[in-house]
Amino acid sequence: MWSFILRRILLMVPTLMVVSVISFAIIEAPPGDFMDAYVNQLLQQQEAVDPAEIESLRKRYGLDAPTYVRYFRWLGNILQGNLGRSLEWNQPVSKLIADRLPWSMAISVASFLLAYALAIPIGLYSATRQYSLGDYLFTLIGFVGLATPNFLLALLILWYYFVATGNVAVGLFSDEYLVAPWSFAKFIDLLKHLWLPALVVGTAGTAGLIRVMRANLLDELERPYVMVARSKGLSEGKLLVKYPFRIAMNPVASTIGWTLPTLVNGELLASLVLGLPTIAPLFVGALLNQDMFLAGSVVMILSTLTLVGTLLSDIVLAWLDPRIRGAI
Amino acid sequence: MSQTPLLLSVDNLATHFFSQEGILEAVDGVSFDIYAGEALGIAGESGCGKSVTAQSILRIVPKNGKIVTGAINLFQNGESVDLVQLDDRGQQIRQIRGGEIAMVFQEPMAAFSMVYTIGNQITEVIRLHQECSQNEARERAVEMLRRVGMPQPEQTIDAYPFALSGGMRQRAMIAMALSCHPALLIADEPTTAVDVTIQAQVLELMKDLQRDMGMALIVITHDLAVISELCDRVMIMYLGKDVESAPADVIFRDPKHPYTVGLLRSVPELGEGHTQELDPISGSVPSPYRRPTGCPFHPRCPEFIPDVCDVDLPPQIELAGGHRVRCHLYVQD
Repeated sequence: MWSFILRRILLMVPTLMVVSVISFAIIEAPPGDFMDAYVNQLLQQQEAVDPAEIESLRKRYGLDAPTYVRYFRWLGNILQGNLGRSLEWNQPVSKLIADRLPWSMAISVASFLLAYALAIPIGLYSATRQYSLGDYLFTLIGFVGLATPNFLLALLILWYYFVATGNVAVGLFSDEYLVAPWSFAKFIDLLKHLWLPALVVGTAGTAGLIRVMRANLLDELERPYVMVARSKGLSEGKLLVKYPFRIAMNPVASTIGWTLPTLVNGELLASLVLGLPTIAPLFVGALLNQDMFLAGSVVMILSTLTLVGTLLSDIVLAWLDPRIRGAI
Repeated sequence: MSQTPLLLSVDNLATHFFSQEGILEAVDGVSFDIYAGEALGIAGESGCGKSVTAQSILRIVPKNGKIVTGAINLFQNGESVDLVQLDDRGQQIRQIRGGEIAMVFQEPMAAFSMVYTIGNQITEVIRLHQECSQNEARERAVEMLRRVGMPQPEQTIDAYPFALSGGMRQRAMIAMALSCHPALLIADEPTTAVDVTIQAQVLELMKDLQRDMGMALIVITHDLAVISELCDRVMIMYLGKDVESAPADVIFRDPKHPYTVGLLRSVPELGEGHTQELDPISGSVPSPYRRPTGCPFHPRCPEFIPDVCDVDLPPQIELAGGHRVRCHLYVQD
């Protein structure tokens, strides 16, 4: 098991290299650079543009060097923990990201936990009581959840919350805690606000997971080894958890990897609607303004998180199924 | 045979499956007795209800299946319990499963869970039925693996099923079934999924273990050679009905039912020295949803009596020497 984890981690190194090349290529893909965007902005504001000054700025930020030079310079800085400076915000990228990443992670983890906490028991229930009233009810709710766009759900919940309580459920903290130092009360306040984005971001995933869990378990329940376990005198509950459930969890566990990036996608609209200080709106702004260090760093960090997610799901899979341990 | 006690008595068992296509009468009126230490073979073509009969005894019929009539009496310590009346999830049937009656399944590849070691799966059944510590259960499992001829049982016990060969898996399966010393072992096609060379070993093993442990055995198979190897008595099934049952030597020497006759004729014999015409039974098994009227075998029967066989279900007829047959040919009036 440990050697599996070690081999798996070593495999991440070349993958990360490829990811960095792709991240860099993505931020290089649109024509022009930040200076062009900056010039456009100045022109729009009808300000005078001095081409010499632009050129010297370009030189100062190293934008005139050939692509591969810029790539290695960028990569070298990243390896030293220097993500560069955001040209738009005029702040270190690492600070911008550090300010926002925890909130994105908090929302992701919360919605992830919510999705699994709901989907696994409901899937279990639906599969063992297939075609019961409860199964049909959960199926209906699941499909509605799957079909409802996140932002619409966010707007609806905001509206109902406002009508019901007279408060606007925006942001992650109440006003009095916004700048207060960390305390237990502030944490509780965070939890009070976190459920809403978690719910909004997690709904579609939950609905999908319920379907996956139900279908897997229904397949597994028909397998001969379940009948064998029954023939040994195991009680129905113990049998279910020990045998088919463990196998049925397999595809569910493989989704951990891609849950993280999907949550970031889902988070974007929810964050815009709910006014949350997360990574997603920052990322969109950076892309629009060709703020390349910021955009590249966000792509790089999201990709790394995806890889970490995949690593986690592979470890869970190897723990669930011994056949996987020898696979790499 | 009369001095050995009756162990299990199946009386007019019918197990039907209910689905949208209709009602499938998988087992439809089957009766047989098993005495302690005896080996009974149940033979018939695929889909004749052999496996469902076995599943009915353990009350592990897949969902949609239901025992509609009949009784299955298990006699233990002078008491009898009707298994059909038990709650199929209750404590009582769960003590019988794996404890009194154990089962060896057809495909050892699919019958073991691949995510636990065979040791885990064998000690599980020992711990369920016997008061013992984890270490004792493990020792007993190793002992049982040794007994079924598993090489290096101390190491193999920690192997995952996917790391074993088919023959080894079937041995492990037998060890698991026997680990609680059941009074009755049901073997559902125990040799179908293993190589021919392994088949003989598995049969030999089962024969030895049955003799040593003094347990009764039900062997379910479509292979009459398996029955001639292992069994004292044979029951032939066709479309959910027990068409004939007799001591094994009698059925091979003097089959009565036209279906049994056909079944025996369709088996090739080795070492004949001349080319042999196979004589298959004409036609094929009808759809179980459209069961023929009267005797279920009449559309394929060479001895078909018009207006009798296709109208009336033949009664069970007792012949001499514990030979029973369901056929109009033997009705005496």
